Order: sequence, then structure tokens, then C-alpha cells
Amino acid sequence: MTVLIEVVVSVLLVFGSVVMLIGSIGLAKFPDYFTRLHAPTKASTLGVACILTASMIFFSIELGHLNLKETLISMFLLITAPVAAHMLAKAGLHYKVKMTDSTENQHLAKKAYLHKNPDDA
Amino acid sequence: MLSYAILIACALICCALALNAWRLIIGPTTPDRIIAVDTMYINSIAMIILLGLYQGSAIYYEGALLIALLGFVSTSAFCKYLLRGDIIE
Amino acid sequence: MDKVRNFSWFPMPYHSILLWLVWQILHDFSNGHMVLGAVFAIVIPWIVAPLSEKRLVAKSHIKVLMYTFRLLVDIVVSNYDVAKRVLQSNRSLKPAFIAVPLDINAPVPLTIFASSVSLTPGTVSVELSDDKKWLYVHVLHLEDEQELINLIKHRYEAPLKEIFGC
Repeated sequence: MTVLIEVVVSVLLVFGSVVMLIGSIGLAKFPDYFTRLHAPTKASTLGVACILTASMIFFSIELGHLNLKETLISMFLLITAPVAAHMLAKAGLHYKVKMTDSTENQHLAKKAYLHKNPDDA
Repeated sequence: MLSYAILIACALICCALALNAWRLIIGPTTPDRIIAVDTMYINSIAMIILLGLYQGSAIYYEGALLIALLGFVSTSAFCKYLLRGDIIE
Repeated sequence: MDKVRNFSWFPMPYHSILLWLVWQILHDFSNGHMVLGAVFAIVIPWIVAPLSEKRLVAKSHIKVLMYTFRLLVDIVVSNYDVAKRVLQSNRSLKPAFIAVPLDINAPVPLTIFASSVSLTPGTVSVELSDDKKWLYVHVLHLEDEQELINLIKHRYEAPLKEIFGC
């Protein structure tokens, strides 16, 4: 294995895990449910995609033939992450989780819960 | 160099998993706990891939794929349960 | 759905190609699996095609690729943005709900639009109003409401409207 490949794989691994750690820090520290939803859905997807790409490059060189299996996981996570985030947001709305007081437009949350237009009374 | 990178990545993801576990334990509401579990699934995919890299064997990929599939299905099932109070109506 | 559909050999060409490609990736492009994957890619759409309703077809392939590429770039950018917010203090955070008026209402573009909004600029799509005219979005850090709505509409909705022509 050449040095260049090794450097690329190492950088991708460390970068991906740092991004995932930041996502988890966000999950642990943000003040309310909806803000907590943001960190893992975005950061985890990118982080795990980086780690999977690193693994893909490593095994393509190691096994001596093209190995694209990890792309399937990346693609799957890329498609399912927003769907899961949407379902989680809906569940939180239904559960009437408390929002921080600094949240703007809190009346829209009630409208969204009732599936109404924002203009309706 | 690669072995050091793998160890550093492992340590960082262990910290991430610990933070998720903390949120899972204290999380004030049930939806919070679901997010924590969902994030834990994704972090454990990364952990399994790292184990595969560490041991130099490509077979751990299958486990990672399975966890990705089951993680999404279980998150949706949990959300469905919270939304409807039932999984299969 | 009363009429019997005309039989065609490749009712879902793009799905067939995708199915074949995924099968090859799973089995490392070995010769036997190329044939088996081709058989599956031809036979499964015969069974599945009558089940699905009318499908929307993208008008331009170049635009689909451009949209995908832009989305991937935006994911990285928005990750950087969210990471910055994570590392700052909670007190500087200004979360908000906004309602985005929608021009598209077909299910497939709407799903892609909502997913793009969830994946990109510090926003998560929360709920759709019953008449499918408004999308409720939660924003992690809101600077200017109207500007953000315009950004979302121009960057993601307009290209989708062009791609699917609805």
C-alpha cells in the first residue's frame, strides 16, 4: 500500500469520526428536542459516509479489485436519514415536547400539529 | 500511521457513543431517547467498519449493512408507535 | 386500471439498471452474477410495474445530475454550519419554526424536496399542511425568515419544478 493511499484513508477516518463526535456533542448539549434533532441527522450522515469511503478505498487496494459495497450503506443512510428525521420531528410534534422559550414562531408548531394552513384561525 | 488513525477514530467514536448513552439515560422525553438510539445505530455502523479495517477483513460489511437496515426500520417503528400508540393497526 | 396494460419488455428501465448495478456491487462483478442480476433486473419489473401508479419521469438527465451534485456540496456546507453552531454557546442559538409556501404538489417531487430541506441548510422539515400548500420547517438558527424561505425556494424547489415539470 502506497503512502498516499494510507494518508488519504487515515485523514478520512479521523475527519469522519470527528464529525460524528460533533454530532453527538450536539445531541448531548442542545437545549430542546427540535434543536437536538439537527445535529445527529446531518453530522452522522456525513461522518459515517467518510468512514465508509475510507473503508472502501482500503479494501479496494487490499483485495486488489474494485470494492464498492460500502457505497450501498452510504446511499441507504443518505436516503433514510431525512425520512427518519422527518418522522422523529412529527413524533415530537405529536408528543408536544417542550420548546425553549427563545424559539420564534411557536404558534406555527400548533398549526403544524393540526395540519392547518398558517393563515387559518 | 493507519493503525494510529484507526485507534484515534475508535476513541472518538467511543466518546460519541458515551454521549449518546448519556442522552439515552437522562433524555427528558421518549422522543429524545429515540434520537439517541438512532444516533447510536449510526455510530455503531462506523464502529463495525473500523473493526473490519483493524482486522483487515471485509466481511464485517454485512453486519454494518444489516444494522443500517434495522436501525431505520426500528426508528420508524418507534416513531409510528409514538404517533399512533400502536405499530400495526 | 381496468384496461390490461400493453406488455413491454422493459417497463422500468432505470429501475432495472439500478437493480442490476446494486446486485453487481453486492457480488463483486463476478460473471455468473452478471447473468443472474440481468435476469432479476428484467423479470422483477414485469411483476412490479403493474402495481405502481403512474410514474413521474424526469425531463432532463443533466439537471438531475446537477441537482444531486449541488445537494452533495450543500450537505458538506450545512454540516460545517451545524458543527459551528454545536461548538458555540447555546445562548447564541435562535431556533424557529417557519412555514414555506409550496408550488409543487406531486408526491415524488414533494418527497425529494422535503428530504433535501432536511439534509441541508440547518433545517428539518416537520409537517405538511393538509392541502399540501405549506411545509412547516424547523430552523436551527434563524437570521432572516424571508431570506431563508427565498433561498429554499430558489435553491431546491425551482430546480425540482423544472426537472419534473409540474
